[in-house]
Amino acid sequence: MLGHYPTKRSALVPTLLYAQDEVGYLSDEVIAELARRLDLTELEVQNVISYYSMLTTKPRGKYNVQVCTNIACMLVGGEELLEHCEKKLGIRHKGTTQDGLFSLEEVECIGGCSWAPAVQVNYDFHESLTPEKMDRVLDEYKKKGTQ
Amino acid sequence: MAFLVSHPDEVKVVSKRFGKGATSINRYIELDGYKAVQKALGMGPELIINEVKNSGLRGRGGAGFSTGMKWSFVPKQSAKPKYVLCNGDESEPGTCKDRLIFEQDPHAVIEGVMIASIAVGSHTGYIYIRGEYRYLSVIMQKALKEAYAKGFLGKNIFGSGYDLDVYWHGGAGAYEVGEESALMESLEGKRGIPRIRPPFPAVVGLWGGPTVINNAETLASVPPIILGGAESYAKIGTPKNGGTRLFCLAGHLNKPGVYELPMGYNLKKMIYDVGGGIPNGRELKAVVPGGSSTPVLLPEEIDVAMDFDSVAKAGSMLGSGGVVVLDEKTCIVKFALRTMKFYQHESCGWCIPCREGTDWLKKTLTRFHNGGGVMKDIDNIYYLSENMLGKTFCPLGDAAAMPTMAFVKKFRKEFEDHLDGRPCPFEKAGAAQEPAFAH
Repeated sequence: MLGHYPTKRSALVPTLLYAQDEVGYLSDEVIAELARRLDLTELEVQNVISYYSMLTTKPRGKYNVQVCTNIACMLVGGEELLEHCEKKLGIRHKGTTQDGLFSLEEVECIGGCSWAPAVQVNYDFHESLTPEKMDRVLDEYKKKGTQ
Repeated sequence: MAFLVSHPDEVKVVSKRFGKGATSINRYIELDGYKAVQKALGMGPELIINEVKNSGLRGRGGAGFSTGMKWSFVPKQSAKPKYVLCNGDESEPGTCKDRLIFEQDPHAVIEGVMIASIAVGSHTGYIYIRGEYRYLSVIMQKALKEAYAKGFLGKNIFGSGYDLDVYWHGGAGAYEVGEESALMESLEGKRGIPRIRPPFPAVVGLWGGPTVINNAETLASVPPIILGGAESYAKIGTPKNGGTRLFCLAGHLNKPGVYELPMGYNLKKMIYDVGGGIPNGRELKAVVPGGSSTPVLLPEEIDVAMDFDSVAKAGSMLGSGGVVVLDEKTCIVKFALRTMKFYQHESCGWCIPCREGTDWLKKTLTRFHNGGGVMKDIDNIYYLSENMLGKTFCPLGDAAAMPTMAFVKKFRKEFEDHLDGRPCPFEKAGAAQEPAFAH
């Protein structure tokens, strides 16, 4: 990927996301390694990480449940869906369940407006949801995660 | 995979390959793919730019600037390399159209980037896709690989002697990066902070080189223009507003979805006919016509042609094509608050009016909606917004200010009702307990 750009640092943003997917979060070791490979200081890398909402320096659950409550989703039950997830998982925004299986996040528009309310679990979209459908989605991940 | 819908009034130009397996290059070629770029190679820059100018194609990201004009600003001679950058950071609330294009017809975007590159004399293009759209990045990376394998990209494309590389690039979550100068910062591996203009990207852009930045839908509209001719494309729309547009119908509608309709399609018809009207026998309260940053329209204002100029005349903007419909039970104060919460979250913090303004507005609207409002808050909300307008380096400040001013202006009575009926007359009436789920 480095060959795609005139400067090494250009690869930073997508590389950070891929590294995070691999390790689970952007640990000090990951930051140091990326800084070394892209000829940046660790501070420069941290400076970029803090800007992007998908990047995190703290571990998250195996399945990160991201509920959109922005306008299009809000109108058709996005907030109620978030509340439902909070109750079902027993965690709040940016919290992680004790077994490390689920994290919950209230997110801004994820581009599911015409199929609202929309949720992303890691990168997978789940749309036109109701609390009942959401239960089924979460149960499936739970099954998958504990197998 | 997103759910596809259709309506007899649709004119399928950008969406003509949707649902037809065009993610595979062979299928794309069968469906007239990569013919336009070969034609463009024979036409040369000047003819291509003229054709695009004459088509009336205007930026589908929201600003509505003439695409051909934008391309013509790029200097012919440049000491530094020139670039074409496709903006696929779609994140304006209410908008989900670029997602469909990447999902259903990625090669159309690649071909659009290729034609734009030939038009401005660039040998490198980038397709920037927002981080949340990972599955689309996978589709796009595969599509690019296929195009290289066929020799459509790389050295000497189609035996023309023209070298052209197109690469994928991914974001990691930031609305602000959809702004063109912040997009370039992000691609250069930095925080997405906007740049001061002038110089404009067409002169000094990526790594200091002249750069054309177009929305994904804009670029996907280019191959049909080159192939079918400017005239037939322009004819579909209204004067100075050529072609079609992917409208994302969302909110309180019976048949939400992404529909490709001619520019200038009547908004009322779009809501009641295409979108199937409002569920549960309710009345319309308001429409946000082009994504969360566009001023709201009242029911008496929706008999309007959905093109850039007509919607501007009606006091709003065509914006990004996200049509969000609000029924009578929607609390406007809550809607305004949710809109502001978004802009406060996404403000990059560089310009003080935007950083402080969105924060104050969010706090004031939160307090107001929770029942702690006073009469002078209403004027303050308007005043604060007005003082953000036009005072920031990028349009995010405006995007937060414009809808808020419209909410206060057009729904002042509803703000006042929140003082009499604390905390919120709509929640008191039990609206929040009613079934919100349409599906």
